[in-house]
Amino acid sequence: MAIAVIPALLRKFTDGKERITARGRNVRELIADLDRQFPGIAQHLLEGDDLKPSVAVSVDGEIGPGGAMEPVGDESEVHFLPAIGGGVEK
Amino acid sequence: MEATTSNGKFKVIGTRPIRHDGIDKVIGRAKYGADYAFPGMLFGKVLRSPHAHARIKSIKTDKALKLPGVKAVVTAADLPEAANRLEQAGEMAINPHYLSMNILARDKVLYDGHAIAAVAATSPHIAEEALKLIEVDYEVLEPAMTVDAAMKPGAPILLPDLRNREEGDKQTNVAQHYQFKRGDVEAGFRAADYVVEREFNTAMVHQGYIEPHNAVGIYNADGQATIYCSTQGAFDVRSLSAQVLGVPVGKIKVVPAEIGGGFGGKTTIYLEPLSVLLSKKTGHPVKLVMTRSEVLRASGPTSGSKIKVKMGATRDGKIVAAQVWMAYEAGAFPGSPVGAGAMTILAPYTIENLQIDAYDVVVNRPKTAAYRAPGASNAAMASETVIDELAEKCGIDPLDLRIQNGVKEGSPQVVGPPFRRIGFIETCEAIKNSDHYKSPLSGPYRGRGVASGFWFNAGMQSSATVNIHTDGTASVVTGSPDIGGSRASMAMITAEVLGLPVTDVRPLVADTDSIGHTDVTGGSRVTFATGMAVYEAAQDAARQLRERAAKVWEVKPEDVELHDGVLSLKEKAEGKAPMTIKEMATKLARTGGPIIGRASVNARGVGPAFATTCVDVEVDPDTGKVQILRCTIAQDVGKAIHPSYVEGQMQGGTAQGIGWGLNEEYFYDQKGILRNTGLLDYRMPTCLDLPLIETILVEVPNPGHPLGVRGVGEVSIVPPPAALANAIYRAVGVRMTETPMSPPRLLKAILKKRAAEETQSAAAD
Amino acid sequence: MSKKTLVETTINGEAVEFLCEPRQSLLECLRDVLELTGSKEGCLTGDCGACSVLVDGRAVCSCLMLGVEAQGKNIRTVEGLADGTALHPLQQKFLEHASLQCGICTPGILVSATALLNRNPDPTEQEVRYALAGNLCRCTGYDKIVRAVLDAAKAMKSGARPNRAA
Repeated sequence: MAIAVIPALLRKFTDGKERITARGRNVRELIADLDRQFPGIAQHLLEGDDLKPSVAVSVDGEIGPGGAMEPVGDESEVHFLPAIGGGVEK
Repeated sequence: MEATTSNGKFKVIGTRPIRHDGIDKVIGRAKYGADYAFPGMLFGKVLRSPHAHARIKSIKTDKALKLPGVKAVVTAADLPEAANRLEQAGEMAINPHYLSMNILARDKVLYDGHAIAAVAATSPHIAEEALKLIEVDYEVLEPAMTVDAAMKPGAPILLPDLRNREEGDKQTNVAQHYQFKRGDVEAGFRAADYVVEREFNTAMVHQGYIEPHNAVGIYNADGQATIYCSTQGAFDVRSLSAQVLGVPVGKIKVVPAEIGGGFGGKTTIYLEPLSVLLSKKTGHPVKLVMTRSEVLRASGPTSGSKIKVKMGATRDGKIVAAQVWMAYEAGAFPGSPVGAGAMTILAPYTIENLQIDAYDVVVNRPKTAAYRAPGASNAAMASETVIDELAEKCGIDPLDLRIQNGVKEGSPQVVGPPFRRIGFIETCEAIKNSDHYKSPLSGPYRGRGVASGFWFNAGMQSSATVNIHTDGTASVVTGSPDIGGSRASMAMITAEVLGLPVTDVRPLVADTDSIGHTDVTGGSRVTFATGMAVYEAAQDAARQLRERAAKVWEVKPEDVELHDGVLSLKEKAEGKAPMTIKEMATKLARTGGPIIGRASVNARGVGPAFATTCVDVEVDPDTGKVQILRCTIAQDVGKAIHPSYVEGQMQGGTAQGIGWGLNEEYFYDQKGILRNTGLLDYRMPTCLDLPLIETILVEVPNPGHPLGVRGVGEVSIVPPPAALANAIYRAVGVRMTETPMSPPRLLKAILKKRAAEETQSAAAD
Repeated sequence: MSKKTLVETTINGEAVEFLCEPRQSLLECLRDVLELTGSKEGCLTGDCGACSVLVDGRAVCSCLMLGVEAQGKNIRTVEGLADGTALHPLQQKFLEHASLQCGICTPGILVSATALLNRNPDPTEQEVRYALAGNLCRCTGYDKIVRAVLDAAKAMKSGARPNRAA
């Protein structure tokens, strides 16, 4: 099971919990599992079948260029953060 | 089988060859955007708002159109309605509605200088005369010029449709609230022996590139358009212009000209769609070039800000809690770099308990654009001076306090994921061991300050091709506009991999039809990500060279090696003497045709950057003028490909940070009109204001890049304002909490301190 | 539209005649009329120095001078600093020291530095800084520019091609 780290402002969906155990082979599946556990959270992370343009994801310390398609491992730690393009704010 | 670089011994990388595009630039032949001219070309000018906030009741253009020589006028009515939602455009997320409204105002003008109409005429002077004949009827509204004014209840609302998640359906100027939280801040402060709390105000500043924005648009009868312009991202100009014009991306080709500075400011569009629109209306190429006043009034500066920092440490110097509140001016449309500011402000330190609240606020100023490590310098001005104060209270050397609390491999970032191998501590140690820090500074009104900075750096998409020519030389083609010597680095990486002299590799920046998609030159990403694509493309060419040699020798490709530009068999065999690439190149036709090495990346493995800066100042106590006596920057550069240009980035960013700290500011009057619209009054550092800037290149290789490269372009701008504030404190005993620390501001602080001391000594008498 | 005036002048050693409107600056004439686009426009107010040219040997912001004022003058632009394909020592040293990043200020700085070395072949660092204070560079922090000018002065003293510029 992977660990999803929930951004501060979305912790109202997770009873204030920061680290949530969730299942998924990629970020999209992980978010689907999060939404099963905490209904309503997905709409703040996803738009259509990809991440919202304002959201970036980091998997195991690396910003994932794959977005919602970014692979997630069994032991992965997944962070959601504001999308910053380095030198180009989004 | 690997090429030469696997030996870990570089032949070209780390040397300082003359840049390939250098001669054209010293003899005046290099073509920048404004240097393009085409037969029949017309000249465009833009009518701009004289008000900070007003409703446009009507625009009449008929008198302007009657002026002889005027060929067309366009207004927002000529642009399609664009979707009012965040959309992915290339790598950037933009709101096309706001982007379009910034190109030409629709029903409201939102800042002094906001574009309203554009004219094309046979000369720039006629176009300018025509602007005066356009009649605009305004209903002037009250402006909101600062985050305080825009956030207060009952503030004038800029964008009637703007809402945020927290305020529900209420109209607001607060476009976004970010929050980062870890641990228990209250408990952290309770555990602190010393707590420092300060409030900072930093002024809006401009990137200050010397070349104004420019564009030549050519619209063809077949619906294809070509734009020549100076930009950091030709592919971004293409996708953004397509959005605004409502045409498919494939209808536009962008040719990136040489670019006269950008620093983030040339990552978006202003004139480009107007040039196409005017060309479409007239059937002629149309050139638009901004004046300096237009650049300052209407291109994207970076945010002024209000930042409150509270930080606590135990007696032995451990930082135990930090709380930050920050609000950044976005300009007229959402999108300040406050999110980046929030994620950088505490980034150099491991702090268990923290909370950061960050607000993106629209104000009646030009829409901000990226500026070198966007949002980080003003944030560091706040946090790094508070750190200095904590060090003083703890009685610990400020560098030691940084080293004690500094992040290293495995430390959690503010946003969570742990850092990989980074070199922050190493930059502090480099300054500590520098001749500068070890040399005593004496004399009245003199002081030394240090500060550190962090920047993420970016990866993103890049493409590259490496062509082997018939004489065994090569060219390397990328889509990354060269803003500070990156072409030389691309040629050096190619030369290193192939084992060619760097003079045998010609680097080229291609247009949007001639190379695969390549994201903007920004985020310090070119040498990292485009360099990665070039490295892989050169490896691809090397692999093909080995395959061709194997064909000639009738052996397996894996039996062939390429070393220092020579192809040979791993085990010597008679009649199969080694071949240089030059010799192999003559046989390409007979062995399968030309060789093109190619690669594209959406780069992983970004290595963040840290820098620490030390500055000595002397303050004139009678005028408040700050003279810089000595300045040294230590930066983790990963692996310097061309050390001279790495030093150049460090020195240039330092100089900009010094300008930000000491002199530069947007000065608006009560009505919201910009009063310093020229380079005499928008005071950037001149040659006389600066000393030589000493550089220490700390090389902690980035494990995520085949050559150890990390981005080097931005982080150098982050420490200087705080380093200067800390130096000023040691020189004259005042803690500055505003930038710029210009003579009048500093003098006021000095006089205030003097008055307080006099009152105190009078009371003591 | 105003009537055009014929201007007779010398540019980079060549006699040149051109037509210009009275309101056109020398910079505009150089760039748009004569296609000498090496001189750059950065501000049009004489603050940035990117348009610097030598007028009878003096460094002048060509944006502050009218085209008609070039009548009878001897003008040298960045395009006229090299001797054919032989670079001026300043140009060579700018390349060796990596003194340019974007290169937009480079033409003006080379012109101002030429004027300096013409009148003072052995300047101190402070004198170089003073002479270049009217030329803004936003990329380099001036460090490598100052070093290149000092090095060029040294090279010229020890026999690099004597300065030919007007």
